Amino acid sequence: MALLNRGCRERLFLPPVKNNHMIKVIESSGIAKSFGSTMALDDISFFVNESEIFGFIGPDGAGKTTLFRIITTLLLPDKGNMKVLGMDATSDYKQLRKNIGYMPGRFSLYQDLSVEENLNFYATVFGTTVEENYELIANIYSHIEPFKKRLAGKLSGGMKQKLALSCALIHKPRLLVLDEPTTGVDAVSRSEFWDMLSKLRQYNISIIVSTPYMDEAIRCDRVALIQNGKILSIDTPQKIRAGFSRKLFTVKSVEKYKLIKTLRKNPEVLTSYPFGDSIHVTLFNDSSDNSLFEYLVREGINDAVIQETEAGIEDRFLELMEKGVTA
Amino acid sequence: MKRFLGFVKKEFQHIFRDYRTLFILFGIPAAQILIFGYAVSTDIKNAGVAVLDLSHDEITLKLTDKIFSSGFFKKTENLLNYEDIDKVFKKGKTKAVIVYEDDFGKKLISEGKASLSIISDGSEPNTATLITNYTTSIVNDFSVELAGPGLKNTIRISPEVKMLYNPSLKSHFMFVPGVITLILILICALMTSVTITREKEFGTMEVLLVSPLRPIQIILGKVMPYFFLSFVNVLLILLLSWLVFGLPVKGSIFLLLAECMLYILMSLTLGILISTVSKTMQQAIFISLIGLMLPTILLSGFIFPIENMPKIYDYVSSILPPRYFIVIIKNIMIKGTGFIYIWKETLILIVMTLVFIGLSVRKFKIRLE
Repeated sequence: MALLNRGCRERLFLPPVKNNHMIKVIESSGIAKSFGSTMALDDISFFVNESEIFGFIGPDGAGKTTLFRIITTLLLPDKGNMKVLGMDATSDYKQLRKNIGYMPGRFSLYQDLSVEENLNFYATVFGTTVEENYELIANIYSHIEPFKKRLAGKLSGGMKQKLALSCALIHKPRLLVLDEPTTGVDAVSRSEFWDMLSKLRQYNISIIVSTPYMDEAIRCDRVALIQNGKILSIDTPQKIRAGFSRKLFTVKSVEKYKLIKTLRKNPEVLTSYPFGDSIHVTLFNDSSDNSLFEYLVREGINDAVIQETEAGIEDRFLELMEKGVTA
Repeated sequence: MKRFLGFVKKEFQHIFRDYRTLFILFGIPAAQILIFGYAVSTDIKNAGVAVLDLSHDEITLKLTDKIFSSGFFKKTENLLNYEDIDKVFKKGKTKAVIVYEDDFGKKLISEGKASLSIISDGSEPNTATLITNYTTSIVNDFSVELAGPGLKNTIRISPEVKMLYNPSLKSHFMFVPGVITLILILICALMTSVTITREKEFGTMEVLLVSPLRPIQIILGKVMPYFFLSFVNVLLILLLSWLVFGLPVKGSIFLLLAECMLYILMSLTLGILISTVSKTMQQAIFISLIGLMLPTILLSGFIFPIENMPKIYDYVSSILPPRYFIVIIKNIMIKGTGFIYIWKETLILIVMTLVFIGLSVRKFKIRLE
């Protein structure tokens, strides 16, 4: 009965009925994976709720792709238990593969097939047609439809990304797995892309997405910060930012390079990281920003501007990393 | 089934979009047939031969005339003494020198015996042997003629060599079956292994694996287009060798085509097997070319007869599918024999195909590791 109900809803494209008890789309416990002597993933445990956009934020080589391949049944974990859509990723892989939409890091498109042909191919392979689920991709595909006769290899990065997303969505998966979908894509397309993901929520599709861009974390419902195969923190982006434990200052000067060198010499300074045109600084003593200014003047930097600021995801990430190193 | 057809359609699109693939598929076989047929011919035609006639009598002149009128040889020089022999070889145009001894004619008439030497350039062993054989045969012929019908018993018996299946020793007859064997295994194995590893390299394999397509569907989907194209290729090669070299198919054409289909299928599954062990296109190309082309040329009996090989090579060649197909195709095309003479080889090929399919499906990775 529940199934039937869901089917009707999908066909009519009504918003999902809000359930009080959230269904878990992914439940991962103690996942570990190593390649030779390199530990790619170490004790990864998390869960993803239905209709949630869950982000994995971390630098290159953090283990995001390996984790996504385990979720999509492409790799077997060495240890731990991965349940996706209520199925075991190891033993129920055949059933599971029908219900996942996967967009690998490299847009897996056939470069020598046209936009239209790529989409049709993926639709046929997943046992559906473009017409059947057109509604679902219309919003995304309409951007590239004018170029539907063009070969996929001749598309720009942003268009390739939209086509790859359309291909991953065409069979109406219950879970969409996007591995670094915004890497190599211009800023405008990136922002558009996240808008599209938000709109997918109404179709009851859960999304996990990885990105090396910290500024994209804010578009997720919850994020996991991942580094060296370990999860540092899982929470909503707001709470992650709020977890920042100190006062954060931005320091600006024309001589940026000299500034950071001078800052790092000062024993009062706990951390200093370059952020665009300024430097984010934390101090051992949160109230000693005045003495910092005097120190800089003494060192010959007269134009320094010090301001207190609100921490972003990246600041929190760096703080967690720092702790991980010293712990 | 719709999934599978969609996959096959995509494969055809890949092939017809890529001119290089099409060229490899159809251009190379045609070129190979023509190159092997003409350039790498083992016939001799107008080979340079010099004569050192120390006797210079009526008989030697007649014999020399006969030798050069055969069309196989072209006289480069008349030498005067033994010292010239070395010189003339060094010039490079002369491949052999015929030397008549002193009083050749006189001796032949009085004693019934006279000798002539054929000195050939051993740096080209194939040509040297051929020239020696051809000349000897002409000389024997001549001595029979000279003796005349009345003197049958007095002359020595010259062995008559008759080539049973290739009477005029035309080498294209040898090469066409060999080239078909080589081209089919190369193209089929190369093409399928490359198209599968290409999916791995471009990352599209990841999505195919996550799709509901089954391994056997992916494998068959890859094989099917190439099966048809290779079959068209066989027809093309046969037509070409018939039109250009006048090579007929003596046996049943249907049997020949059926055997070709079996061999194509075997080669395709071999290609799949190669792709399951190679990660990149380069690796696949390398394995297909080095691993298949060289052994096929050298060890399958394509150029060098297996009977003349050391036993160890014989054993090695017995695991090579082309060895059996060459026997089959030669039997059908040139000897015109029926299935009864080639059932053993056919059976071996069928078994090999089944083994390759079994191994490929087993080794085909349903995951990325």
